[in-house]
Amino acid sequence: MSILVNKHTKVICQGITGKSGLFHSQKCREYGTQMVGGCTPGKGGTTVDGFPVFNTVEEAVRKTGANATMIFVPPPGCGDAILEAADAGIELIIAITEGTPVLDMAKVKRSLEGKPSRLIGPNCPGVITPGECKIGIMPGYIHLPGKTGLVSRSGTLTYEAVWQLSALGIGQSTCVGIGGDPVNGTNFIDVLTMFQNDPNTDSILLMGEIGGNAEEKAAAFIKEHVTKPVAAFIAGRTAPPGRRMGHAGAIISGGGGTAEGKIEALRSAGVEIAESPADMGKALQRALKNRK
Amino acid sequence: MKIHEYQAKQLLKAAGVPVPPGFVARSGAEAAEAFTKLGGPIAVVKSQIHAGGRGKGRFKEHPDLGGVKLVRSAEEASQIATQMLGSTLVTIQTGPAGKQVSAVYVEGGLEIARELYLGVVVDRDVAGPVLMISSEGGMDIEEVAAHSPEKILKEKIDVLAGLHGFQARKLAFALGLEGNQIKSAESFLQKMVRFFIDSDCSMAEINPLVLTKSGEMFALDAKVTFDSNALYRHKNYEPLRDLSEEDASEVRATTAGLSFVKLDGNIGCLVNGAGLAMSTMDVIKLHGGEPANFLDVGGGANVDQVTEAFRIILGDPNVKAILVNIFGGIMQCTTIAEALLIAYEKVGITVPLVVRLEGSQVEAGRKMLDESGRRIISATDLADAATKVVASLGA
Repeated sequence: MSILVNKHTKVICQGITGKSGLFHSQKCREYGTQMVGGCTPGKGGTTVDGFPVFNTVEEAVRKTGANATMIFVPPPGCGDAILEAADAGIELIIAITEGTPVLDMAKVKRSLEGKPSRLIGPNCPGVITPGECKIGIMPGYIHLPGKTGLVSRSGTLTYEAVWQLSALGIGQSTCVGIGGDPVNGTNFIDVLTMFQNDPNTDSILLMGEIGGNAEEKAAAFIKEHVTKPVAAFIAGRTAPPGRRMGHAGAIISGGGGTAEGKIEALRSAGVEIAESPADMGKALQRALKNRK
Repeated sequence: MKIHEYQAKQLLKAAGVPVPPGFVARSGAEAAEAFTKLGGPIAVVKSQIHAGGRGKGRFKEHPDLGGVKLVRSAEEASQIATQMLGSTLVTIQTGPAGKQVSAVYVEGGLEIARELYLGVVVDRDVAGPVLMISSEGGMDIEEVAAHSPEKILKEKIDVLAGLHGFQARKLAFALGLEGNQIKSAESFLQKMVRFFIDSDCSMAEINPLVLTKSGEMFALDAKVTFDSNALYRHKNYEPLRDLSEEDASEVRATTAGLSFVKLDGNIGCLVNGAGLAMSTMDVIKLHGGEPANFLDVGGGANVDQVTEAFRIILGDPNVKAILVNIFGGIMQCTTIAEALLIAYEKVGITVPLVVRLEGSQVEAGRKMLDESGRRIISATDLADAATKVVASLGA
């Protein structure tokens, strides 16, 4: 067991004939993911490195039985690609694309209301269940199958955390990058709920960053609903207010969204805090040890 | 991307949002001409800088002059504009260095009955735009939010439909508007929200938003920020960008496809990934150092980008040491090592350089650095890297 993806997940890549789309489709296949094909409008009927290419997601689903998609479509077409996947009945839509206009995402969210599809991202590294299925751009080899669930707004910071955990011999059930944009498909609470309900996850490591109040809301949720040990790290203690730190969503505005506020909220919810990014694995270890 | 008030007003006017008549001026003579065209008897001369708080701000060169000034003749308009142009305005938002004024906006006066506040932002909680209105016009909205949040009325906007008429009327009635003010407000608010959506704004603020004695609503000030991710579909905004308002090294970084924010410390950082870049700053601080910048080279940085990144970091005279922290995921450590060595050769790094490499091909990457003969201090993990770079400052 795990969340979102496993060895039965059948994946297509939207934008598979692009450089990044193809490269990462190959890497996912090498990892063992069931990559069943891809979509590029106008290139249907061809194949690229053994992957069948379709004109539409609808056709790809009909012919391959895909239930998940990995989107590498450039920003102007990203919103449209998400809507096409949802319309074709894809259950899990993972948008890697960085730089999608925020109002496009607002429109996408509005259009997805009431539809069964789950969107992860955009501007995220993807989702991996170690040893079973990797959908995204994370380096597969650093992962170790196990029982800790990871959820994060950042990519390379997640790799850092996974690397620390694996070095300590702590494996991961599923790692979910929810993305660095202000408007995204899946939030911390969605993923925390899934981890709490997953029998194969026994602990959770959450990585947040400055901007917005998603971490504060996650803290309130953890206090009420999460019984598994949780550790957390918040990036951006040294970030100046009013400046966007790389991610569109990472900005302290109007005195809100500071690292201190988030850390305090999480700490008071009983979450074990990693004071330093070098201490994320050990914080999770402490959380496991403190378990009642 | 931020733009000036006069530019925002031109765009608002084109979108049908009422703004007072006005002209931009870049000399005393142009300001006098603007006053004459407006027809008097009064006009307001407003300094055009991106920062707020202009009215209460003061010029370094003219300590008695604020950034916004009422004038009663063409001669006075010319005299005030001449003083403002080329001078440095210091406001609560500019920092002590202030901003040089290179244009003024000469605007016709209105007979104001009431001053209100309007803001539109993209709200993460509702995953879309929210319209905020307050009776406290002219006040700093963050202060109002802190002290009397009940005075801020909010309306969630359906991004697919815009602001509905009933939503606009609800706000108008809640503000106590009456008579023809209601119709004027309804039209103003709907057009304002339409402008926000169609122009891909990330923030729009009208403060104050005024009602005239005859019941009409006008945008007396306008602060507009565009979503930089959406600029590709608004080519007409390109000439609106004022590079003199931005940090030169940040402009350089953007051009090279790097994400860079200048800070006040003395340890330069070069990292891949925004979250890891922020964390690297944090870990430096935890070990007693001060980061000089945030710099994310991205996932697929090439030799040219890494070289440019080093040039930008070293262009800051405060930088006394550099920490490179790369978690090679898709990017292989050998690629970054190669880029580092070429950059070293091209740029000539004269300060201590601490490198922490991890991830794919890490052994080969480290070997390349070790065998290069360059003075590179290698670190094994984040804590080790921070300790070494802080120690290098004292060495």
